[in-house]
Amino acid sequence: MQRIGVFVCHCGSNIAGTVDVKRVVEAIRTEPGVIHAEDYPYMCSEAGQQLIAKAIEEHKLTGIVVCSCSPRMHEATFRKAAANAGINSFMVEIANIREHCSWIHKDVEEGTEKAVILARAAIAKLNLDTPLQPGESRVVKRALVIGGGIAGIQSALDIADAGYEVDIVEKTPSIGGRMSQLDKTFPTLDCSACILTPKMVEAAAHEKINIYTYSEVEKVSGFVGDFKVDIRKKARYVDSTKCTGCGLCQEKCPSKKAPSEFNRGLNTRSAIYTPFAQAIPNVPVIDTENCLKFKTGKCGICQKICAAGAVDYEQQDEIITREYGAIVVATGFDTIKLDKYDEYAYSQSKDVVTSLELERIMNAAGPTKGHLERLSDGKAPKNIVFIQCVGSRCSDGRGKSYCSKICCMYTAKHAMLIRDKYPDTNVTVFYIDVRTPGKNFDEFYRRAVEDYHVNYVKGQVGKVMPQPDGSLLVQGVDLIDNKQIKMNADMVVLATAIEPDPSVRNIATMLTASIDTNNFLTESHAKLRPVESPTAGVFLSGVCQGPKDIPETVAQAGAAAVKAIGLLAKDKLTTNPCTAQADILLCNGCSTCANVCPYGAISYENIQINDHGIREERRVAVVNNALCQGCGACTVACPSGAMDLQGFSNRQILAEVDAICR
Amino acid sequence: MSLNNEFKPKIVAFCCNWCSYAGADLAGSSRLAYPADVKIIRVPCSCRVNPMFILRAFEKGADGVIMCGCHPGDCHYSTGNYYARRRMTLLFSMLDYLGIERARTRVEWVSAAEGVKFSQTMNEFVEDIRKLGKNVRLEDLRCRN
Repeated sequence: MQRIGVFVCHCGSNIAGTVDVKRVVEAIRTEPGVIHAEDYPYMCSEAGQQLIAKAIEEHKLTGIVVCSCSPRMHEATFRKAAANAGINSFMVEIANIREHCSWIHKDVEEGTEKAVILARAAIAKLNLDTPLQPGESRVVKRALVIGGGIAGIQSALDIADAGYEVDIVEKTPSIGGRMSQLDKTFPTLDCSACILTPKMVEAAAHEKINIYTYSEVEKVSGFVGDFKVDIRKKARYVDSTKCTGCGLCQEKCPSKKAPSEFNRGLNTRSAIYTPFAQAIPNVPVIDTENCLKFKTGKCGICQKICAAGAVDYEQQDEIITREYGAIVVATGFDTIKLDKYDEYAYSQSKDVVTSLELERIMNAAGPTKGHLERLSDGKAPKNIVFIQCVGSRCSDGRGKSYCSKICCMYTAKHAMLIRDKYPDTNVTVFYIDVRTPGKNFDEFYRRAVEDYHVNYVKGQVGKVMPQPDGSLLVQGVDLIDNKQIKMNADMVVLATAIEPDPSVRNIATMLTASIDTNNFLTESHAKLRPVESPTAGVFLSGVCQGPKDIPETVAQAGAAAVKAIGLLAKDKLTTNPCTAQADILLCNGCSTCANVCPYGAISYENIQINDHGIREERRVAVVNNALCQGCGACTVACPSGAMDLQGFSNRQILAEVDAICR
Repeated sequence: MSLNNEFKPKIVAFCCNWCSYAGADLAGSSRLAYPADVKIIRVPCSCRVNPMFILRAFEKGADGVIMCGCHPGDCHYSTGNYYARRRMTLLFSMLDYLGIERARTRVEWVSAAEGVKFSQTMNEFVEDIRKLGKNVRLEDLRCRN
């Protein structure tokens, strides 16, 4: 029989506000096994933990139930407190009477009644708890960073600087990500490439960093400290060990009609290409869909002219399997598709562009060599209209419900740069709200309005209509003057919402990392663990977790790196002891459990068994505790009921059911 | 108030630790109310829910049982919720055969970020159960004296 102590927390007024804590204490005193029960304002405080320790000693308790907040919050705290007081840390059960009770019920009567039932369920479970000993697992001293944008580069640099090996996997032919496509950055207006390329070079030159570009993560198995990852290194058809990066092949390639991904399809590139001049590695790839050699079998010019003999049409995809202790996800973002926003005439007119396209137009390496031109006729636009929140803060289901966060600032930047370089150009910005929280952000926006006389109009644009003369008629509303506006524009720029890069879905599934309804990766705790995924050993860096600007991305990338370093610095990890166990007297070795186990943790052994005096050899299941993650799939699959999960045993869950239905 | 509204159903909710339990926590910290009739049991994964647990709940007088897990494809253990889904499909047809209304059991996928969905689901489910009224308790007639 257990000797149970029950500790009911007030959590200030968080619990005590809608749960009569004293009544809970009195109600559970008579529960089986309960020796001691008391309440305290803050159980998680030092004093609260001491009170638990004292009660454990005084009443010789064998287990404790803490009625408090969610176990996801303080289970670890109370387990540690119990262990310090000399009882097994798994002889602790939490009744969640805050998140699941006091916070959602207003009526004290109702709240108290439910709290008592939840406490009873926890006591019933604890009565069947057994002491468990966590095992140990190794930590592979190497990290994987998925995504080679500024977030991935920063995380990789920070981890590598701490002395650990890092591999960056980037799906495009070069690292650099979205930041490499930007022209200038707010609020300082420094050139994006000028601050990014030194980081790219540093990452490439770092002895601890290994970069796999044009590669994708294909398979992930294992767990925190010991992940096994298959990386598909796609065939570049250029041998990177031989290529000197002279660029002659790109010059001579006769197939030059492929849309340039880097320039957002605004101009074309050759079939053998590096995405941009500062690409790292400076080794081209052949795009087989546009290459004449691959399409027709004729051509082969690049191979003929390559002095280094680097072009190899026979190259195959390569699968690299490596082990990692920690994984940082930095998959970044893309702009949303605009096919649901016909009213802005994006598909009808070349002069309606997204902000990211405008970045390319304004960039010296872009399709117009940095001259602000209309893409339809090459003329300089005299009137430019910016439309904010295209697909952001959208309640009609066409776009995203969230604020993309960066658009207000980059639009102020664009407007300011245009007014600075082309003072004759009129710039109008239609906005819902201008949001500029951030260091020097509001000052920046005010400069656009006050010094550069950008015309900000509060209101939305209803329609953009291409006119026969090539101009664009913009119909909108001015909410402050409460009037309809019709104006002619030569160019319309859409502040298109950003969304997580589509590749993140697949990666999240492989990593079993949770994802929210907008495909952003979920953090472990919105405030206190913002860079950790709930899946241990997986860390989040950059926009894959939520919209962010560059400074925030870099800060979060550093934070994710620190968390990864903290993990890699450990020599051993303690494993979860809540693993499956087979009862060898019941098991008949049917293999059903091994078939459902996602970790391959179950194997079979022939053992000598003495069953009621009959000695025989039997095939039975054996669970590898280091591999078992404790999901419990096998426990339900087992036809003879031989499999059970420690910490969540059949009897324990049934006891909880009974206590609730009593 | 009508008599029906005073009926307090007993509802057991099995929530997986990684998605739905966290979703319930989020509903709590966002103060998204749902009736106190719902009592949550934490399980590591929806695949840990043995159909036996649900039968036991009905045997002990539960009026409704709901199981929540991660969205298909998002299971923390990769494949657990697929097993759970198949098992529940079979169990539900059996419960139907036993004479327990289909609406008394339910499976929902709720992610850790879906506090609103968790609360809405629970509100709807409790409303459905209230409409159905008290459940006929599952019992073994041979045990009757």
